[in-house]
Amino acid sequence: MFTGTEGIPTNAEVVFLGRPPVLRIGDDLAGRFLNAYGDPIDRGPELTGEEKEIGGPSVNPVRREQPSRLIATGIAGIDLNNTLVTGQKIPFFADPDQPFNQVMATVALRAKADKIILGGMGLSNDDYLYYRQVFENAGALERIVAFINTTEDPPVERLLVPEMVLAAAEYFAGEKNENVLVLLTDMTLYADALAIVSNRMDQIPSKDSMPGSLYSDLARIYEKAVQFPDGGSITIIAVTTLSGGDITHAIPDNTGYITEGQLYLRRDTDIGKVIVDPFRSLSRLKQLVIGKQTREDHPQVMNAAVRLYADAANARTKQENGFDLTEYDKRTLKFAEEYSEKLLAIDVNLEVDDMLDTAWELFSRHFTKPEVRIKNELVEKYWKEAESE
Amino acid sequence: MKEKSKEANVHTTGKVFGIVANLVIVHTDGPVSQNEICLIRLGDTLLMAEVIKVSGKQAYVQVFESTRGLRPGAGVEFMGHMLEVTLGPGLLSKNFDGLQNDLDKMTGVFLKKGEYTPAIDEEREWEFTPLVKEGDTVQAGDWLGEVKENWLKHRIMVPFVLGGETFRVKNIAGKGTYKSRDVIATIGNDGKNDHDVTMVQRWPVKVPIKAYYHKPRPFRILETGVRAIDILNPITEGGTGFIPGPFGCGKTVLQHALSKQAEADLVIMAACGERANEVVEIFKEFPELEDSRTGRKLYERTIIVANTSNMPVAAREASVYTAMTLAEYYRAMGLKVLLLADSTSRWAQALREMSNRMEELPGPDAYPMDLSAIISAFYARAGYVQLNNGETGSITFIGTVSPAGGNLKEPVTEATKKAARCFYALSQSRADSKRYPAIDPIDSYSKYLEYDEVHEYMAEHISEDWYDKVIKARDYLISGREAMEQINILGDDGVPVNYHVSFWKSEVIDFVILQQDAFDRIDQLTPIPRQRYMLNKVLDICKAEFEFPSFEEVAVYFKKVINLLKQMNYSEFESEEFKKYEKELDEVLTESVLT
Repeated sequence: MFTGTEGIPTNAEVVFLGRPPVLRIGDDLAGRFLNAYGDPIDRGPELTGEEKEIGGPSVNPVRREQPSRLIATGIAGIDLNNTLVTGQKIPFFADPDQPFNQVMATVALRAKADKIILGGMGLSNDDYLYYRQVFENAGALERIVAFINTTEDPPVERLLVPEMVLAAAEYFAGEKNENVLVLLTDMTLYADALAIVSNRMDQIPSKDSMPGSLYSDLARIYEKAVQFPDGGSITIIAVTTLSGGDITHAIPDNTGYITEGQLYLRRDTDIGKVIVDPFRSLSRLKQLVIGKQTREDHPQVMNAAVRLYADAANARTKQENGFDLTEYDKRTLKFAEEYSEKLLAIDVNLEVDDMLDTAWELFSRHFTKPEVRIKNELVEKYWKEAESE
Repeated sequence: MKEKSKEANVHTTGKVFGIVANLVIVHTDGPVSQNEICLIRLGDTLLMAEVIKVSGKQAYVQVFESTRGLRPGAGVEFMGHMLEVTLGPGLLSKNFDGLQNDLDKMTGVFLKKGEYTPAIDEEREWEFTPLVKEGDTVQAGDWLGEVKENWLKHRIMVPFVLGGETFRVKNIAGKGTYKSRDVIATIGNDGKNDHDVTMVQRWPVKVPIKAYYHKPRPFRILETGVRAIDILNPITEGGTGFIPGPFGCGKTVLQHALSKQAEADLVIMAACGERANEVVEIFKEFPELEDSRTGRKLYERTIIVANTSNMPVAAREASVYTAMTLAEYYRAMGLKVLLLADSTSRWAQALREMSNRMEELPGPDAYPMDLSAIISAFYARAGYVQLNNGETGSITFIGTVSPAGGNLKEPVTEATKKAARCFYALSQSRADSKRYPAIDPIDSYSKYLEYDEVHEYMAEHISEDWYDKVIKARDYLISGREAMEQINILGDDGVPVNYHVSFWKSEVIDFVILQQDAFDRIDQLTPIPRQRYMLNKVLDICKAEFEFPSFEEVAVYFKKVINLLKQMNYSEFESEEFKKYEKELDEVLTESVLT
């Protein structure tokens, strides 16, 4: 049962509808807020589209195109270090106290997608209203479709949300050749609902009380991200909340094996801002665009900056353990602070070329050429002589 | 499947009784066998399924498709054979799903339920050359003739199902053009039925093909072009290895590097339950990329068996067996096959899902109790063999394992460790600091380094003292790691300066030998002679004595050395550029080396 069973007597009538769940698909989905069954919750008119079974078949892998278009978000922690590509699927691994809904909304609005489809699972009513308001304020409402299951609704209903969202996404991307951005929040609550159902079916639980099929269940959703040959694409950005940052838990762990990278947020206490963690975040598809659609020095600059930032982290550990710092250590620490402030912070909004120039500027201010260890020809071309401080 | 249905009247039928996801319980009207294939009727489509448990009149079958919309009462027909693949010329360069359907022949963007496409194009014509003459004695697996498939000599063999007997060639087709279903030979033994042999045969995937003379220990090193493997933990032709690592450590990048560069006649990649986009990368790139050894396109030597994570789970389990059977078929032709499976954990999870639905008592982490036996039996199918005609062939198998939570004590990793001879541990901390490939040089091992045969091979083909050098390099890495631990505990100035030297020597090996840029045109592939040159160069530096006034100069000096060596790695071997950096390096070295 999807809804609660409170108060149902044993002689209640049971009707089999003879069909799996369906969504009325059509252009009039745009701008609508719906529940997990695809019925309007925004007091608007009934949908008039054609009924379509949700949870349709998978795309034949040989018919897929390789994702190849960069999605610019203006956030350097993403564009510079973990570039996103259309047709990608990537989650934020976030603790519940982190501002992931805000970051997702920012990314969604800046990403220049034709449609943004939001799947809210176990969303608090406040967060639901937040999204609604942000999209409304940005004047983006006609690009939005939302399927919302709030904490007030029964948890098992959540299982329908991703399939509804993706059925709508496949319509816009597959038939209308649009670039669709799907936002799913929060996949941990979705997995919890899976565990409830599996438990009631007397299935033997595997790791962390999750069903043994968790990997396949999550993959079925995330793998709907696709670049179609006719130009449409589905890109999925999801949120998986962690408990105490533990990524070895079955939900984030299985997710990490399915998605093409993951993004972490972290509060940098030195600058007092939230940054995209450069160590643990990863976008696996960035190799397809960086240095190809972006400037040639992008890959090496990105790696050099992260490596120097790692040196800074080592220096900080040394400092905390009470050891003396070398002159190099001190320079890395200064570099790290500026790098955090000017590039990693989530309030940054720059073009990719400007991010690269900023990085070269930081290199030359704090390091010598051999210390950055970048291919000589690139150094000669892009090295910015340090301005006097 | 098609030819069998003609004699359908002798087969058992049944009706669907119960459905739990893709596990279907069927009431049968006759005998069925374990692993028999059956077809379930769902409207106009037929869903393929495999028997996994029989109890009285009830057969438990796992369906290779989604069972959405299936109802009790649906008709079932048992086919009288196990899951089989079609073997014959025309398999190369194909993209199959786990059940050997040709993905390129399927219609539409989406995979349709119950759509099965033939693996081999039967209309295509092949230029056949006989290798035997009438009256010759032959047995299963012997070569009757050959055709050219891409650039490989594809041998047409006596069907493997005729194993255990010897035959006389009664008739053999002359040189000429034939279709794959044409009879090219008739063989028989006295008093028994004659067999007509075509270029095509079928074989059940879960049974190993054993049409060879014997399986000696492997001894020849398989060059992969990846320095961290070839130098420190080499794998042999016919060897087995596995790559466990948490997500984000570069398992897939490493496997792709192997598939592009390894010195094999053909590469079979089983994309088992992994991301679809990764397979797309192979589909799109391999037709473009050149095999640097032969100058041909990579896809000419590649077969892909793709069952990505969103494709049906039961077919995922079948996909690794399909890939292995294809590999065994080509090995029987005397070829060097490299089989890669990414990831064997997804296969194990498919086993777990079924075991779970059948309500079997679970083993560790809810995996089936016989997991370890299943994995060992699978790895045992790889190997180096000598065929009946004296030729040799090999299957080198490298699987990846995706340990849950990065924990190497989980059941799939433990079971694989017992079965595979090489262990390439990918380490999270190396990946975090972008030291790729993230193969941990100290935790990883290759059992083949213990083989005398391998020592002899290295002495003959690389250099006399190669083995000692490999061990030496490993020792430098270990002492470097120890020095680093001491520095971390006692502080930079709390240890003697030579601790820093020792640490930085290991960093030279790490940066120059172990780390390799898989995306750089030159650095991605290092042939053995270049590996030998670079290792000698690096070991000379490690052997040298240095003296520094204080620890601060050590890092500065070695960073300079590493930078020059890296520039060498990025330059064409022995080019002007390469020599320029080498000269600069030699100058830097003569400055500070004491002896």
